[in-house]
Amino acid sequence: MRVLLKSVHVVDPAAGRNGEFDVLIEGSRLVHIEKNLEAGDARVVELPRGFIVTPGLIDIHVHLREPGQEHKETVASGTAAAVAGGFTAVACMPNTTPVNDSASVTQFILKRAAEAELARVYPIGAVSMGSKGAQLTEIGDLVKAGCVAITDDGRPVETALLMRRALEYASMFGIPVIDHCEDPSLKGDGVAHEGPTAAMLGLKGIPGAAESIMVERDISVAELTSGRVHIAHMSARQSLRAVREGKTRGVNVTAEVCPHHFLLTDESLTTGQAYDTNFKMNPPLREEADRAAMMQGLVDGSIDVISTDHAPHHADEKALEFDHAPFGIVGLETAVSLCLDRLVHAGMISLSRMIELLAPNPARVLGLPGGSLTEGAPADITILAPDASVTVRASTFRSKGRNTPFDGWTLKGAVAATIVNGRVVYVNAPVLGRAALVP
Amino acid sequence: MSTVASVTSLRSRHLLGIQDLSSPEIDLVLQTAFVMKEVGTRPIKKVPTLRGRTIINLFFEPSTRTRMSFELAEKRLSADTLGMTTAGSSVSKGETLLDTARTLEAMSPDMIVIRHGSSGAPHQLARICRASIVNAGDGLHEHPTQALLDAFTMLERKGRLAGLKVAIVGDLLHSRVFRSNALLLTKMGAEVRACAPATLVPAGLAGLGIHVTSSLAEAVDGADVVMMLRLQLERMQGLYLPSMREYFELFGLTPRALERAAPDAIVMHPGPMNRGVEIDSEVADGPWSVILDQVANGVAVRMAVLYLLAGGEGEGGDK
Repeated sequence: MRVLLKSVHVVDPAAGRNGEFDVLIEGSRLVHIEKNLEAGDARVVELPRGFIVTPGLIDIHVHLREPGQEHKETVASGTAAAVAGGFTAVACMPNTTPVNDSASVTQFILKRAAEAELARVYPIGAVSMGSKGAQLTEIGDLVKAGCVAITDDGRPVETALLMRRALEYASMFGIPVIDHCEDPSLKGDGVAHEGPTAAMLGLKGIPGAAESIMVERDISVAELTSGRVHIAHMSARQSLRAVREGKTRGVNVTAEVCPHHFLLTDESLTTGQAYDTNFKMNPPLREEADRAAMMQGLVDGSIDVISTDHAPHHADEKALEFDHAPFGIVGLETAVSLCLDRLVHAGMISLSRMIELLAPNPARVLGLPGGSLTEGAPADITILAPDASVTVRASTFRSKGRNTPFDGWTLKGAVAATIVNGRVVYVNAPVLGRAALVP
Repeated sequence: MSTVASVTSLRSRHLLGIQDLSSPEIDLVLQTAFVMKEVGTRPIKKVPTLRGRTIINLFFEPSTRTRMSFELAEKRLSADTLGMTTAGSSVSKGETLLDTARTLEAMSPDMIVIRHGSSGAPHQLARICRASIVNAGDGLHEHPTQALLDAFTMLERKGRLAGLKVAIVGDLLHSRVFRSNALLLTKMGAEVRACAPATLVPAGLAGLGIHVTSSLAEAVDGADVVMMLRLQLERMQGLYLPSMREYFELFGLTPRALERAAPDAIVMHPGPMNRGVEIDSEVADGPWSVILDQVANGVAVRMAVLYLLAGGEGEGGDK
């Protein structure tokens, strides 16, 4: 079956496209992206004015919770959330139960993803067995099974020696080490950013230095090993400074930031409902200077990727006392609208730069296919309605997690539809209407 | 009574923290406490004010003086009271805090007095309970009735709060007594000097208009009130302090250290004291000490709080 997206506005920064094109899809493949294509026997689809066709968006930091924590999320519910959020692919973190430290767990996740048949799933393996920081995983085996990177996310790699060995060993397979940077002794049992807000709320603090110390350490270790380190969910301005300096020195370091860290500060803990655990995540919401630095890093190009750190938890878990509730918020179904509204419409970055942060750059960091609309490649496409208004309603999320700090926010910019492998896997009916894409 | 209250009731039906009280509201509580204190001097120390009201004392942390003080206050107001003390957090108990609260709510109490090891626990209760919630200490956050009884004691002894020089000395980082006192005293126009080892100073205090120092001499200099905080002995394990001996050497309140204070300075301590760690026995038992007045005043202040939260009326009165 052939479908022609006729005269649609394509924004594909990696291919240098930003304008009107015809996009021809045949079965699961993209066949042609040109101006003025003949429709032939293809079904012609026109999109409403202002809609944007982009390469499928990729979120490289997602917790799908399966196996073992299916009450929080499953591969099926998580990938349903992904496509509803405009993501055609996600990379999932290994802190499941059991930890993804062996090929069998990796294969299980991929099997579940194939059954769900929604977003592509790229498993990330653990650095150490059980993420306990002692013994390296069989990284070669993990890569063979389908892992695209390694990390002990959720738990920092405590010793510089283990980080060194991981970077050296992973470099044989061309994969990066994703680094959850946090000095455990400085973090202690902190639950919020160390500063006046936490002090007044009586919450134990986590200083920005708990993160940046390890960013600095691991950039030095990467320099030593010529390995590739990717800094996960960066939040502190000192970390950004270290990343900039590392890049200037030619170290193989990349970095990602999550929407909550460039949009919110710890003051949210006092302005809304006090002690709302939907504002508890790790790293914590930091102070204004940090938030502004993260935004600046997106603008000036020193940050490579926007990820969500989608971390669903059960409502019962988030209803515990602030000290006891787990860290983390969901992000898959809010990220694109937040970026369109607060980055693009707010004039911080161009739409093209936003796509860069959400498609080609994530693909480059993890060495994934996609990130650009390529003739002959699988048809992974996201369609955006940048001017449509949406109100975030946690109760309607596809994710099992409802733990978002953005509930009730009205934002300009929506995902209209998501196409994976030529299949329309999500249509935002109020924005687009199903008939337009599927006969 | 030195000042006249300009409000006659509290805006909120909960007392979650000093943070939420205006200075006229603080004044109202203190003035009401003077009346309640008189009740405690009568041969029959009981008034019918809260007859028929039910108050649950829900203590998730061990407490002797605060729990007894609340209980006595409740009994003197003729409320029906029952207590529930549970060791450890709700998590280790296997029932969540909110489930415990809902269970108690089903018994229709009028008030729940809660002490909990996690900051913000009373706020979570206040969101789901019809009963008035009284914070009897939450985590590292606040202990509002302690600050009110401390202010009452200062007012009783000094006749004013505005302009008083108050030194608060000890583990500021982990002290809810400090937070509530700092908030109350700055709201009422007192000058607060906070003194602690640099390892036990919370971030961002300066923004509160508090003078922070690690010199006991500087904090005590000319002070009208010197408030010593309890040092939790487990702080030695957290790398905060090298030894109790050195702590006493640098921060312990001795008669000699007190020589720099105002001649009529008073010494306070929320208890329980570690004699020879933060305070010398000679000071604790000396003429400066109002530590037992604090205990006595705690009952009167808690009576005032419960009375005002119940609507500030006698039997049958409600908001």
